[in-house]
Amino acid sequence: MASALPTAFSLLSRQGECVINASSPSTPPAVELRGITKRFPGVVANHDIDITIRKGTVHALVGENGAGKSTLMKILYGMQKPDEGTITIDGKQVGFHSPADAIAAGIGMVHQHFMLADNLTVLENVVLGGEKLYGIGAKARNKIKEISDAYGLNVRPDVLVEQLGVADRQRVEILKVLYRGARTLILDEPTAVLVPQEVDALFDNLRELKAEGLTVIFISHKLGEVLSVADDITVIRRGTTVGTADPRTTTPKQLAELMVGSELPSPETRESTVTDVPMLNVDALRLTATDPDGVIREVLDGITFTIHKGEVMGIAGVEGNGQTELIEALMGMRDPDGGVITLDGSDISHVPTRKRREDGIGYIPEDRHRHGLLLESPLWENRILGHVTERPNSKKGLLDLKAARKDTERIVREYDVRTPGIEVTAASLSGGNQQKLIVGREMSHHPKLLIAAHPTRGVDVGAQAQIWDQIREARREGLAVLLISADLDELIGLSDTLRVMYRGRLVADADPATITPEELGSAMTGAATGHLEHNENGEGR
Amino acid sequence: MKKFDKDRVLLGIAGPGLALVVAFLLTSVVLLVSDRDPFEPYQLMFQTAEFTDVQVNILNQAGTYYLAALAVAIGFRMNLFNIGVDGQYRLAVMLAAVVGASVELPAPLHILLIVVVAMLVGALWAGIAGVLKTSRGVSEVVSTIMLNAIATSLIAWMILPANLGEQLPGSNDLTTGQIAESGWFPGLAMEGGTIYGFTFVAFALGIVYWFTLNRTRFGFDLRATGASESAAQASGVDSKKMVLTAMLISGAMAGLVGMPLLLGQTHTYSLSFPAGVGFTGITIALLGRNNPIGIFFAALLISFIEKTSADLDQFGYEKEIATIMQGLIVISVVVSYELVRQYGLRRQQQKVGEELAAQARKNKEEVAL
Repeated sequence: MASALPTAFSLLSRQGECVINASSPSTPPAVELRGITKRFPGVVANHDIDITIRKGTVHALVGENGAGKSTLMKILYGMQKPDEGTITIDGKQVGFHSPADAIAAGIGMVHQHFMLADNLTVLENVVLGGEKLYGIGAKARNKIKEISDAYGLNVRPDVLVEQLGVADRQRVEILKVLYRGARTLILDEPTAVLVPQEVDALFDNLRELKAEGLTVIFISHKLGEVLSVADDITVIRRGTTVGTADPRTTTPKQLAELMVGSELPSPETRESTVTDVPMLNVDALRLTATDPDGVIREVLDGITFTIHKGEVMGIAGVEGNGQTELIEALMGMRDPDGGVITLDGSDISHVPTRKRREDGIGYIPEDRHRHGLLLESPLWENRILGHVTERPNSKKGLLDLKAARKDTERIVREYDVRTPGIEVTAASLSGGNQQKLIVGREMSHHPKLLIAAHPTRGVDVGAQAQIWDQIREARREGLAVLLISADLDELIGLSDTLRVMYRGRLVADADPATITPEELGSAMTGAATGHLEHNENGEGR
Repeated sequence: MKKFDKDRVLLGIAGPGLALVVAFLLTSVVLLVSDRDPFEPYQLMFQTAEFTDVQVNILNQAGTYYLAALAVAIGFRMNLFNIGVDGQYRLAVMLAAVVGASVELPAPLHILLIVVVAMLVGALWAGIAGVLKTSRGVSEVVSTIMLNAIATSLIAWMILPANLGEQLPGSNDLTTGQIAESGWFPGLAMEGGTIYGFTFVAFALGIVYWFTLNRTRFGFDLRATGASESAAQASGVDSKKMVLTAMLISGAMAGLVGMPLLLGQTHTYSLSFPAGVGFTGITIALLGRNNPIGIFFAALLISFIEKTSADLDQFGYEKEIATIMQGLIVISVVVSYELVRQYGLRRQQQKVGEELAAQARKNKEEVAL
């Protein structure tokens, strides 16, 4: 189907909606949830949920992590039974005992983590478990093609799944659900794994589905995406529906405030605290790595920059262009092959990691589960991690458990880590609270330099704002920050200076006060180099 | 918070408890299948355990096993599998016996010398595996098993009368010569025999082990490496140095395994020195969850099974029942610990969720008021 058509379709469906709205008494909603309450022993996961999902629309369900979105969708998909309330599908009240009942009623779910067998073809994956529907041969293949064409999914039935990219796999998942006759699709955080172009393609697919009269329930906490694709938005907070929003008149900020229930600070930091005292000086840093084939590649080449006290330097770049290696070289986890790293006047190029941390480098790792936490250890041990040689954690080689515990309690209090206590394992906290603990831990040692890699990734809006606040605050006190993020708004909002990393080099710089995410984006693909000016005639150097 | 602690203790006991019950039931099934009385052997074993000499034997054997299990546990705590405790122990006790028999010193010094030599040899032998792992990436499982075999051959060669050993007249056993009395570790004379003095040293080392792991920076680094090597490295632990150090300590501890017997009873190394102690140590470390108190009870249990099963032959039961029992314990321990661990983790996550939701509700009510 031609790419110009989706817009036309969505326009049509807009008009169609008006008709539906006008005649709504005669067309029952696709899904209607009334007064849904679900209690687990000692806790109410959902209470008094009321949602009406109109037929042929994309209905977004937004809320912070742990707000109760997943439980609600499990109820709708028959995986959990509600204690109170009713579910009405197409005007008929239903009671699901298992997902099979939900599928029979035309509800399908596309999980966040794909459930496909890599070594089978698309066709085999789709018919797997649904052999009775259209057999496993030509009939099934024709049906798949038919669905694929009808909704512009562009699925090739005979390709092995292992050869497909993430976006294609997602389309196979959607097709699987449609193949089983779903009229209402639940998509659980479908964009979490996609790059921007793929997100656009997915949204085109969703518009096609909607144009054909299908209903999509879209769970997300990426507010910009929600606003661009949804027809209706329902916000869930603390287990209940707190309101609905009209995407045409709502801003992301308003939506976020509805989600967290308070006014939301933005990442903007305009009053400059940059001093002229250099804190971190990196000169001609070079790092090589050996490929599995034995080829030696330069992963970092000629990296030169200076971060001053009170300055946040942001590095933009598509992931895999050397950001991880740069952090590892700065942290001493990899030994550079050339160049000099100077921290606060002393050469630390080949100093071990522990010494660097003692000397005042704070580290918020990009993968907190792998590099920031001991998941199965209690919170107070996680508070010691990375700072075992420093007070209050130890004295003269011996741990000071009492002081460490006490300080963990302080961090939990001051950084608003939501936990019942400090003896629970880090794994039992939500991602946002884990991150707050890490930020609290690193800030507690008053670093001179903070290396923050994706500090708010996978963190809900409330925690995000707190983390931004803490970085800003520390910067005001003279902290130098190296910020690496995939969130361009965060980068532009927090940074005092911006650099763009591409294939192991810093290829461009920009002024965050004037640059736009789009301009930054083009430099990230290597299309623009030098100093990026915010105007049409911005010349490269 | 207290509540969580209580849960943890309960879960901690649930793992081995479940494993032992399952292992004994399975042993009964084996007995039943082979047309034997499924419960009488246990009864006989408990009867045997009433003799004081058997009790002393159990305790002495437990001391030896305790050291072996500690040696294994040090590695386990950082995901290092020192399968070579057996070879390290045998090589260490042999060379320590040779050195001990060749000198005469004032008593404490003589004993100290023997002990230090044993620790050094054990550490050296384990250190080979450590160096291979850090410099060449060789799995310590493979290298320590190989080193066991090499140690066996090395001992067989060294103990030849032409080299370090001697053959007593009228015996076909080879020994390394008698250590002078100044190198004997005094024991505690009891009704049923003598408890080796070094058995108490072994249990005291359990306290040292606990303190080092839980109260020192080094112990924290070691545990962190075991919990997540990547996180430990990012936190500033030099993982290569850590692997080598842990291997050396584990080997030094393995070197001590032969000390209770050598210093307390035989005063010489001979071909009849028990082999396989290091492997039993693996069982015990697993069963005791690398915890010094857990290991203590596990060592007692295993030596109880071993020492009390010896008499089963007299009553028409094969004493290999004990071996079957030990094997079943290992397999059920591995399964049950994983089950209990997953259950505990899930349960805690659920609990935290509940408590947080309850807090949130309370806050909301306060706001509403």
